[in-house]
Amino acid sequence: MENETTRMSTEGYSLFYGRFKALNSIDIKIPSNRITAFIGPSGCGKSTFLRSFNRMNDLIPGVTTTGTVRLDGRDVAKEDVVKLRKKVGMVFQRPNPFPKSIFDNVAYGPRLHGLRNRSDLAVLVEKSLRQAAIWEEVKDDLQKSGMSLSGGQQQRLCIARAIAVEPEVILMDEPASALDPVATLKIEELMNELKMNYTIAIVTHNMQQAGRVSDYTAFMLTDQNRAGNLIEFGATKQIFTTPVDSRTEDYISGRFG
Amino acid sequence: MSRDSFDRELHEVKRNLFQVTGEVRKNLSASVRYLENRDMQGAAMIIESDEIINLRCIEIEEQCLNIIATQQPVATDLRLLFSILQISTEIERIGDYAKGIARISQKIGPGKLIKPLLSISRMEEIANEMLDDAIRAFTEDDEKAAREIPARDLQIDVLYNQVHRELLTFILEKPSNIEQTMMLDWVAHNIERVGDRVVNICERVIFTVTGVSVDLN
Repeated sequence: MENETTRMSTEGYSLFYGRFKALNSIDIKIPSNRITAFIGPSGCGKSTFLRSFNRMNDLIPGVTTTGTVRLDGRDVAKEDVVKLRKKVGMVFQRPNPFPKSIFDNVAYGPRLHGLRNRSDLAVLVEKSLRQAAIWEEVKDDLQKSGMSLSGGQQQRLCIARAIAVEPEVILMDEPASALDPVATLKIEELMNELKMNYTIAIVTHNMQQAGRVSDYTAFMLTDQNRAGNLIEFGATKQIFTTPVDSRTEDYISGRFG
Repeated sequence: MSRDSFDRELHEVKRNLFQVTGEVRKNLSASVRYLENRDMQGAAMIIESDEIINLRCIEIEEQCLNIIATQQPVATDLRLLFSILQISTEIERIGDYAKGIARISQKIGPGKLIKPLLSISRMEEIANEMLDDAIRAFTEDDEKAAREIPARDLQIDVLYNQVHRELLTFILEKPSNIEQTMMLDWVAHNIERVGDRVVNICERVIFTVTGVSVDLN
């Protein structure tokens, strides 16, 4: 980890829902162009933490935070939120294409950010669909509704939509949990290709998936006050072969609780 | 949450490894005793029983592969299974060394030996004790013992050199002794190799406990 460039980081980051502390003083450095997986039991705050990186929690009434979240060293709280979300894209558990054509789904973000030229848009749409490894499957049907695709295709369309605005970071919250094993493998292979250009942070319940796709793994767990804590963070191969904390070992070996 | 069936399977594969180790230890000590006593029937029994040992080791391998395929072990469980796979190979090879000694016994035949097997017997005792202690260290996750046991391999090496030199003098004294001398030298070599295999087992114990691969040879 010493030789890695940090893309995103948090320092003493805590998050509260009203008076309830959901995340407890988390320090982490997410390395650039790597896949970092967040694992932990339900309710440990890993999705909440992931959503902190592009300020998705701002939308929830009563949420307050302390500490800092940084992108490229800059405090995200001080960034324009639209610009931040252009740099930090998100893919959700259930594929959620807009009820628009495949083309318009991918062109949506770039148009929002001011790209109007039709041929430039066409180039960008093709590039994004190719990067998301779905171009060959949809290139003859770009005007077809995004909703008409299979679940796995829809999720890759959502990834294409996320990368069309050329983000630096892609956050993925259980991106394959609603997909069958073949579609899951496609997404995992795609993630491996995407990390050449993007930094990826993924929340997953599937430990084998974390082992297969990620370079680094962060294990989170709630404390006695039900606040999410970062227990251990390290290279995935280290976490899965020689975890340092016995709680990590108990969780990954299925003996937790 | 506990993983009862997984833990049961792990326990069973460990138990099988200890059982087969016990059989190999028995064969190793019997192989030298039968050689000393010129017991041809005993030697034949060892050769026969080694087939069962080989089958047991294959069963252990299959059990490990099944557990890996169906239970996706990680961390300590994964290191343990990986070590069991490697240790069972070491045990199987130690069994082969005992069988090799029994074969040599048969080749020498029921006639008198050119010398008593004092140093060779001592080598076997040390190797057998080392094996017992190494397997115990494995059961008890005893890293300290695993680091101490290999020092005893030096005693085996010293005895082996002694036996080797002694056997050379037998050839010089009476060149017609050469065939049996070479065979007894091979017996000593087999036991010397057992010591090395036990050191490998100690390395696996340290790996299981710490996750670090070491070279103690």
